[in-house]
Amino acid sequence: MLKVSEINTFYGKLKVLWGVSLGISENEIVALVGANGAGKSTMLNTISGLVHRDSGHMEFLGRRIDGMAPYKIVGLGISQVPEGGNPFPDMTVHENLEMGAYIPEAWRRKEETLDQVYEIFPLLKRRAPQLARTLSGGERQMLAIGRGLMSRPKLCMFDEPSYGLAPLLVREFFSAIKSLRERSITILLIEQNIQHALEIADRAYVLESGRIVLEGKSYELLQNDYIRRAYLGI
Amino acid sequence: MAAPRYIPPYRIISLSSIFMYVVLTVSWAVFSGPTGYISLASAAFFGIGIYISAILGQVFFLPVVIFLGGLISFLFAFLVGLSTLRLRGMYFSIFTFGLSELIRHCVQWWEVNIAGTVGRWVIGIDHTTVYYGMLVIVLMTLTMAYLIKQSKFGLALQSIGESEEAADHIGIQVNILKVITFAFSAFFMGACGALMATRWTYIDPSVAFNPLFSFMPVLMAIFGGIGKIYGQVLGAIIFTYLADILLTKFPYYYMLLYGIILVIVIMFLPKGIAEGLGKAIKRWQKGEDGKGLQHLG
Repeated sequence: MLKVSEINTFYGKLKVLWGVSLGISENEIVALVGANGAGKSTMLNTISGLVHRDSGHMEFLGRRIDGMAPYKIVGLGISQVPEGGNPFPDMTVHENLEMGAYIPEAWRRKEETLDQVYEIFPLLKRRAPQLARTLSGGERQMLAIGRGLMSRPKLCMFDEPSYGLAPLLVREFFSAIKSLRERSITILLIEQNIQHALEIADRAYVLESGRIVLEGKSYELLQNDYIRRAYLGI
Repeated sequence: MAAPRYIPPYRIISLSSIFMYVVLTVSWAVFSGPTGYISLASAAFFGIGIYISAILGQVFFLPVVIFLGGLISFLFAFLVGLSTLRLRGMYFSIFTFGLSELIRHCVQWWEVNIAGTVGRWVIGIDHTTVYYGMLVIVLMTLTMAYLIKQSKFGLALQSIGESEEAADHIGIQVNILKVITFAFSAFFMGACGALMATRWTYIDPSVAFNPLFSFMPVLMAIFGGIGKIYGQVLGAIIFTYLADILLTKFPYYYMLLYGIILVIVIMFLPKGIAEGLGKAIKRWQKGEDGKGLQHLG
């Protein structure tokens, strides 16, 4: 579904991604894990067109997307749930969700999608007339995921959905994310919390200082000595 | 409003200036209100309209001149937008202010060195025509502001103001939307300038590009309430009227009094008098309810 090959990305003169390649098949849950500053968010922003890749090739559903404008990439069916949710604080929950359906194809079906989002997160329906700034951290994350789904994506990318959430909530969110598969949404998940990520993902890539150092099936990685030592502290 | 025949001429003139400030304030707020990009270039667009009127007033029919004033302001704002909207916050405001001043000086230089004049005559038009013309422009501006606010673009502009990054994430074409809205707001300022020029009959760069035309819309919108169209309109009307009174009653202190009133409003009603009015109405309704309940009790 998504094929990324040999991507190099710079911030000015600083090289952040060094020849990163990865692939995601339809209906898969793939995790991209790594420590702070490994380049995970940069990878997501490169895919969604917010950061320009310097060289390399990206393909989504058979169409080249490198160098494409962000709004076109959203239109093709890739949506991104940014780190910390990043809602529009002075707009209501309902308006935030509506804005998620901004692209024309999604706008036409926004009422229908809205019902689906409320079905996944019934709490959002109760909060609909409230300003987003009055929401708790967990509710904000729900809102961000809801907003990300409003564009009716085929591939949804999550940037640290567990960021700043209580451990109990993290489990809840991860099962919500996992359930999106039943709605035929493919998932690319970025996480620092490798344990959690590997529990729900089918496969994972390990990013270190801008390079992929390991990749494989989640259960294999959970057994991997290097992972256990470096990331799981076992 | 539609029958200036029965109103004394000075009222018509003062109503026309109220209309002018309503147009400037509402069209300023169409862009700067939701996005939070505080533009101080209104004087530039307004002044361009005025100069178009001075240059082409003899050549074309009045509605054409007004349209051209708007169109050239639109195009100019479009170019400015393309080059500056990457600037944010304070930098954007300062840049737009500098730009407005730069144009004033360029026009001044042109007039002195190339055209060989300082000011220009504009063919005067009777006050009633100006009044009706302004009325039409006001109605068009309000319609545009209302339509944008109601559409998804209004909400999109607000999302840009709240988080430009998130707006990018959900597929809003942030830069194009900003530039086009900025240009539209300039269109109405330019059209308004082209018409108002006919009232002044003599103009020069310091009249046409007076920085007050940049500051007043901002103050009026803050005074009335940036978030609501009726707030902006109310702000413009009250402020213009207030200026008229203060100017005639206290010619030496009027700017000072102006400032004091503005400070008081910002201190007690940070969202403008529209908010104050809204609260008062709610309180009144509650009061009525309260009475009703007492009756029941």
